[in-house]
Amino acid sequence: METRTQEFLEYVQAGGQVETDDWLPDEYRARLVKFIEMHGNSELMGVLPERDWILRAPTLQRKLALTAKIQDEVGHCQLIYRVVEDLGKPRERCLDDLISGKSKFHNVFHYPTRSWGDVGVIAWLVDAAAIISQKALLKCSYAPYARVMKKVCWEESFHILHGRDTVLAMVTGTPAQFELVQEALNRWWAPLMHFHGTPIPADEDPMVHWRIKSQGNEEARQQFLDGYVPQILELGLQIPDPKLRKNEATGRWEYTEPDWDELMAVVTGHGPASQERLAFRRLSRQNVEWVAKVVLAEAA
Amino acid sequence: MADRIWEVFRQERKGQPFVHGGSFHAPDKEFADAYAREFYARRQESVALWVVPRDEIMSIDEFPDEFDLKYRRVDGYSIKARLKEARDRAGTTAT
Repeated sequence: METRTQEFLEYVQAGGQVETDDWLPDEYRARLVKFIEMHGNSELMGVLPERDWILRAPTLQRKLALTAKIQDEVGHCQLIYRVVEDLGKPRERCLDDLISGKSKFHNVFHYPTRSWGDVGVIAWLVDAAAIISQKALLKCSYAPYARVMKKVCWEESFHILHGRDTVLAMVTGTPAQFELVQEALNRWWAPLMHFHGTPIPADEDPMVHWRIKSQGNEEARQQFLDGYVPQILELGLQIPDPKLRKNEATGRWEYTEPDWDELMAVVTGHGPASQERLAFRRLSRQNVEWVAKVVLAEAA
Repeated sequence: MADRIWEVFRQERKGQPFVHGGSFHAPDKEFADAYAREFYARRQESVALWVVPRDEIMSIDEFPDEFDLKYRRVDGYSIKARLKEARDRAGTTAT
């Protein structure tokens, strides 16, 4: 390894952070772009399942809250793509690669939503899983990304509350409403267990090696289970995994091995809603193209 | 293309310094005003914003000290040895 790269690695591994104008090893820059771009893509694709429910939200209050959450996520995409741009990849190319299927987005956004129960479970538990990953990024060795994460995490905390409140309203409602939440939890448990990725040990994870991430995948999953299993169970809901238990001796959660092939298939565009969502994103990009043209022409 | 990048500095409370918050694309001041409000103040998280086109910002990050002008800094004064000598002469050295 080149001396400069070695020094860079030692610096970030000791907790050092770097800025846009600093010299960055090529591999580091490439990994940053890929990771941050996927995060931006996920924010943008993540609004589509929720968008489907704006017109069907049960009350005006919920409709406004959901719309505000969607605005937040699109704002996060905007912020995060700006970080990618400063690393050398323009936003237009990020959008091109997203809609052509060349770049990826998070597994949970490849699944359909069946009921208002899904909306509550997504806002509560998917956002809870996301905030665990994002909080770990506050220590990212690339400082501009870490700074953006502060705003993102702050806004995510509203989403979790909105989701939990939605779920609480349903579990304290009629048996049919309770059942909608239980069914949604059954559908979303596998994607939630996939969320933090395969249990690759932290010391073999290149993202941890470069200190882009500060925790391993399994650590994040354990943190999620620690935080949220008790909150799910106290509502009288059942988690659809008979093997799920905390091993008191090791302090670790044990669970049925998730189907990692499904995760791979889903994130490579073979999920139940992947193609439909990409087609919609393509269509909306075409539909708003004239707006950008007009705005930029007028300002010129 | 008139698309520009604008940097945002936000003040959380009156009297506090403005801190860099992030950046966004906007074609002109009118859009920049609207986007800055939406992105950085819609939950009353800022009391004031400074919005500046990035290409108007001058960035300076090298400050060589060729002449070793240490007398301008506190680390330019090492008084320990002299203070000891002064105390010794005056006979006031702490025991």
